[in-house]
Amino acid sequence: MSSPSTPLPASQSIVIIGAGIVGNSLAYHLTRLGEHDITLIDKGPLPNPGGSTGHASNFIFPVDHSKEMTQLTLESLRQYKDLDVFIQSGGIEVARTPERMQELQRRVSSAISWGIEPVSIITPEEIRELVPFINEKLLLGGFYTPGAGVVDSLRAATIMRERAQAAGLTVSANTEVIGFDVEHGRIRRVRTTRGDIEAQRVVIATGCWSPKLARMAGACIPIAPSVHQMIDIGPVPRFANAKGMIEFPIVRDVDTNMYERQEGTGLEIGSYAHRPIMMEAEDIPSIEASALSPTELPFTQGDFDPQMEIALELMPEIVGDESVGVKYAINGLLSVTYDGLPLLGETPEVRGLWSAAAIWIKEGPGAGKTVAELMVHGESEIDVFESNIARAYPSMKTRQHVFARAGEGFNKMYGIVHPSEQWETDRGVRLSPFNERERALGAVFYEAAGWERPAWYQSNAGLLDEYGDRVSRRESEWEARWWSPIINAEHLAMRDRAAIVDLTAFAIFDVGGPGALDAVQRVAMRQMDVPVGRVVYTPLLTPSGTFKQDLTIMRMADDVFRVVTGGAYGMSDLKWFKDHLPQDGSAQVHDQTSAITTLGLWGPRARDILASIARGDVSHEGFPFANWRALELGPLEVIASRISYVGDLGWELYVPIEQGQRLWDLLFEAGREHGLIAAGSGVYGTTGRLEKGYRAYGAELDGEYNVVEAGMAWGAVKEQDFIGKAAHVAHRQEEPAAVMCTLTVDDHTSASGVKRYMLGKEPILTLDGQPITDRKSRRSYVTSAGSGPSLGKYILMSYLPPEHAKLGERLLVQYMGERYPVTVASIDATALFDPYNSRIRS
Amino acid sequence: MSVLVLMEGADDELSLQALTFARELAQASGDGAEPSAFTIDGPYAPAAFGQTVADLIGARAPRAVIAPGSERGNEVMAHAAAILDEPLSANTTAFEPGDPPTVTRVRWGGSLLEQALLRARTLLITVAPHAVAAQAPGVMPEAVPASGHALALAPTERVGASSGGVTLEEASVVVSGGRGVGSAEGFAIIEELAGLLHGAVGCSRAVTSAGWRPHTDQVGQTGTKVAPELYIACGISGATQHMAGCKGAKKLLAINADGEASIFAHADYGVVGDLHAVLPGIAAEIRKARGA
Amino acid sequence: MHVYACVKRVPMTGGQITLTDDQRAISTRHLGFTVSPHEECAVEEAVQIVEREGGSVTVLTLGPAESEEQLRDMMAIGADQAVHLVSDGEEWDPQATAAAIVAAIRSDPQPPDLILFGNESADAGNYQVAVRVAHQLGLPCVTGVKAINISGGRARCEQEVPGGRDVYDAPLPAVVAVKEGINLPRYPSVPGRLRAKRKPLAASQPQRPPARLEMLRLELPPEAGKQVRILGQGPDAAPAVVEILSELGVL
Repeated sequence: MSSPSTPLPASQSIVIIGAGIVGNSLAYHLTRLGEHDITLIDKGPLPNPGGSTGHASNFIFPVDHSKEMTQLTLESLRQYKDLDVFIQSGGIEVARTPERMQELQRRVSSAISWGIEPVSIITPEEIRELVPFINEKLLLGGFYTPGAGVVDSLRAATIMRERAQAAGLTVSANTEVIGFDVEHGRIRRVRTTRGDIEAQRVVIATGCWSPKLARMAGACIPIAPSVHQMIDIGPVPRFANAKGMIEFPIVRDVDTNMYERQEGTGLEIGSYAHRPIMMEAEDIPSIEASALSPTELPFTQGDFDPQMEIALELMPEIVGDESVGVKYAINGLLSVTYDGLPLLGETPEVRGLWSAAAIWIKEGPGAGKTVAELMVHGESEIDVFESNIARAYPSMKTRQHVFARAGEGFNKMYGIVHPSEQWETDRGVRLSPFNERERALGAVFYEAAGWERPAWYQSNAGLLDEYGDRVSRRESEWEARWWSPIINAEHLAMRDRAAIVDLTAFAIFDVGGPGALDAVQRVAMRQMDVPVGRVVYTPLLTPSGTFKQDLTIMRMADDVFRVVTGGAYGMSDLKWFKDHLPQDGSAQVHDQTSAITTLGLWGPRARDILASIARGDVSHEGFPFANWRALELGPLEVIASRISYVGDLGWELYVPIEQGQRLWDLLFEAGREHGLIAAGSGVYGTTGRLEKGYRAYGAELDGEYNVVEAGMAWGAVKEQDFIGKAAHVAHRQEEPAAVMCTLTVDDHTSASGVKRYMLGKEPILTLDGQPITDRKSRRSYVTSAGSGPSLGKYILMSYLPPEHAKLGERLLVQYMGERYPVTVASIDATALFDPYNSRIRS
Repeated sequence: MSVLVLMEGADDELSLQALTFARELAQASGDGAEPSAFTIDGPYAPAAFGQTVADLIGARAPRAVIAPGSERGNEVMAHAAAILDEPLSANTTAFEPGDPPTVTRVRWGGSLLEQALLRARTLLITVAPHAVAAQAPGVMPEAVPASGHALALAPTERVGASSGGVTLEEASVVVSGGRGVGSAEGFAIIEELAGLLHGAVGCSRAVTSAGWRPHTDQVGQTGTKVAPELYIACGISGATQHMAGCKGAKKLLAINADGEASIFAHADYGVVGDLHAVLPGIAAEIRKARGA
Repeated sequence: MHVYACVKRVPMTGGQITLTDDQRAISTRHLGFTVSPHEECAVEEAVQIVEREGGSVTVLTLGPAESEEQLRDMMAIGADQAVHLVSDGEEWDPQATAAAIVAAIRSDPQPPDLILFGNESADAGNYQVAVRVAHQLGLPCVTGVKAINISGGRARCEQEVPGGRDVYDAPLPAVVAVKEGINLPRYPSVPGRLRAKRKPLAASQPQRPPARLEMLRLELPPEAGKQVRILGQGPDAAPAVVEILSELGVL
């Protein structure tokens, strides 16, 4: 309880803004982790300050295709159960179309991969038994999750706040933030309607208001507050004698973007089907000016009319009852982001200013715990690299981008989203210098870190004839979607001749200054005190010795190191380096991403092509592997780095971005007589990589697995200290719980005779169909999947516990409801293609 | 330039307020001649009473007719205005002479004021309750016999006369419950306290909408407007719709679990706490005080 | 029975009203709209009368194009058809409003037996449109009504007065202005909502005559500026409360 007379503390270690499910959970976990001097403020009253927590529908379906989101949800469920605010009702996602039935089978796969059981596909009749008022004739089947249920999020928030208060938390309701003081890039003070608080760290946990608060501090939390419509109807005569609050499973009518759920004598009907309705955080009304609450906006009936028809059709007995009234109808505000993921962590703009935003009820307590751990330990039990707020490039944080993508993503909330599905809105923002040439070659562009990057080139279609049967095709529409056999043909042409690959999406930054060596030594696992001219491929570890990233670092000069990393998490990596620079300012990081472009040149003819235009020695002896040299190519000075992610002889060629097109033209001209082609990211990221067993961050490598498990612990541990060293040394002493293996699919033939190809995240099973769990309770699942055209095999990568990590071990993979035989083909970093690396080192 | 004042009785509070308003209007308009007060003699029949006002205007050509903003005052003046096809400014709080003059009147049950031009041959105005202070009684209004009107209806009987309990309008203490009471059963403690204080039970619109109390208990813009010595608001947030009904209270005591509820901005006294915990304590304390 | 129910679109306000910059309207940027509470009861009453007596309910409004939303809302709870007098969005004074309604009702080939109004609108609160309509149509009128019984071509109306209810026995056709509490309006059902979309709605655009009560501007009343005295927290406040009760002489 607060009253106007309670003074705010003058100075705190942490100020949390926002007393919804996230802020309260964060406060609780911070006190649990031993933090003191914490104040939680909210501009609204308690226990319901008027944000999204107060009107959320509160149901939880645990299964998601994203491992990270599922882990946050499972952790949240665990906490809700501990707090005794969870009612298990079960939930059914129902299918109206064959395509959805297939998607539900995909969900079964994800459920097994993430360890959520039991789940099952049930028939329309079985749905009717569970939900007797449903019109099962509309349905083909359902995905039943008995563990789904409904939570009381306000109660959970209250309990957690009270526990935190018992541990010393100060709470101040009706306290609105009016400004922040930021000094030398660091948060210093929160200014509120009840006075100022000095604070070392400030967390914004204010849901759809977060963008506004971040802007006040000069930071960015890119959220589009978006409307979700829902109505409550009742009282339903059939529910009059309901014994518990919730007696029937929640129904997600996913094909219509709707849900229906019974609670008490009412039925709640919600929709994500309507046009995206978004607003600016600054325009959310005040509590006083709102008829209900700031996030319960006036219902726009016209947007919901079609949904009423659909609900009526699905549950005619309930929804069609003339005596059942629409008692409550709102346009509820939710936080939606440009990529559908939360925004967690310290903002890259202001030190000490943290974001715990864009979190829904199902992730709330898990996210609270995770951010608390990040604040206290610098890492969290659940790796939330996909949700790291630092991930966004500047163009992704613009209002236009955030609103365009949030709007596009809104109607996909319940959609069937292909793993390679591309965004349609706000494309063409980051164009590589090769873009014009690529378009001329019929490039099919996918988005990578906001860049337009060719996935394959239609102009290479002629290679299909050249390679004939060696190019595998895909018979099923699902796997043929967002894919082309041209990728496999480009791969074969590269292996036979040479290919150039647009690598502009790399994030590049230089660490420079007298302390640069110490800085990179501290962050990188491998020895960085190497001669100028060397290129080092190195993992970056978390304090507990798991993967933060893997990347390459070139020693450009005694005091300059150039870091080259994948685009997807490039900005997170940049922040990681900045966060770990020496305190004395002896090293700085300079982002070069938009200054330098990269073109890969690989294949047996790569040296011939390069030699024909380069001034300088490109021989194997004169220019060894894992080295870089400055070469002159015509009028260009090029930094050539002799490494490869596709397993062939060749170089990454770096030039200032404005010279990129000239580089492309030089190489293309020189390569003509050698049969040079342009190849897309399908070769670079999938086929070439998988044939070589190269691990990718975000797929094989993440915060759940360590270097030993990944099979990357070669060489001695360097003498110098680095982040995660102690843990890494310990990992080398113990038997790994699982090791990264390469598997091949023995037979692709499904029951219908159609050959099917896995796309990733499928569970690996024993021959008797049991899921495989390692001693750290992690399931074995497909981390990457793709063709190996030179091998004529389809390749899967998966961590397997030692008892299964044996060459020739026969296992199964479950895909779309069927099981396919697979064989373990590599149990370490040994590649299936060119295992002795003779091509790279030729 | 004469001003007529329609009174509902020589001692009627709202009529005496109308008289004050009329005097101020007369003074502001120039000559300051004493307004003439009148009552209508005869059984109440709205259309006939309206015709009486219209006839009086025909006979005496006053500049203005002022009436109290009571249910009847508004009803009679509406009939008069309809018969004469003249505008009527209902529930007026202020008058400013001019050509045409400007009136200030109440909207949204008092949450908002409107300034409007009144373009009329005869100014027909009712005065919002408690907008001005009442004149001391002592005026002897002229009793004007009621006219006839073809459409006149008169009440045929009076039903549902109060059964002895204290009515909301008359109660010196009103104990009101809002959404915070939580249920129909939850009103037991409200009733108990009202009984101890010989007061009446009121409630907010949220409560009647939920079906916990009959609408007759509703205090607010569309319910009963009350003017007790003390209004005790329990679990009421303080929405404009409700405050329109209880702003006539001399003192307001708010009891609310949310220390920041807007009801406290309208209250003289406050207790921060759950009404279900606070009220039994007060009831017990009252019994103790009386027993002592 | 053909029953008319007249309604007005008004914003659904919260705890605080804000005005537009020109002070001519309430800022409704974040507000939904509804009809005045008395009028919602008028529609409910009309529907109940027709459910008992047979016939149909016409809901009528004078208001901007967006008022169709309220007409559909009212048809969702049982009105059979709607008449929309589409205004220019400007404020219509009571005389202009009554005149437009009278013209619309006169042009209806099926004259009403009963015309229901809310006693006063939630926003303007002029207390006179029903009475004006009655006089112009030459019909008897009862206001402040909390109960209606239809029998033998007459409407027995109970008007709320201090201390009871006065009964008026009005011959039909008649105009009756009702107050909230006459009934508890139903919530619309989903089928009702969906039917409402297809029910007939006749729209016309009457001309607005010059206003004789011409709204110039709105203003918020001055704050009372009360300072609350907190007597305590929770049950411990009881003695302080009783002391105040004693001071006020209500104990």
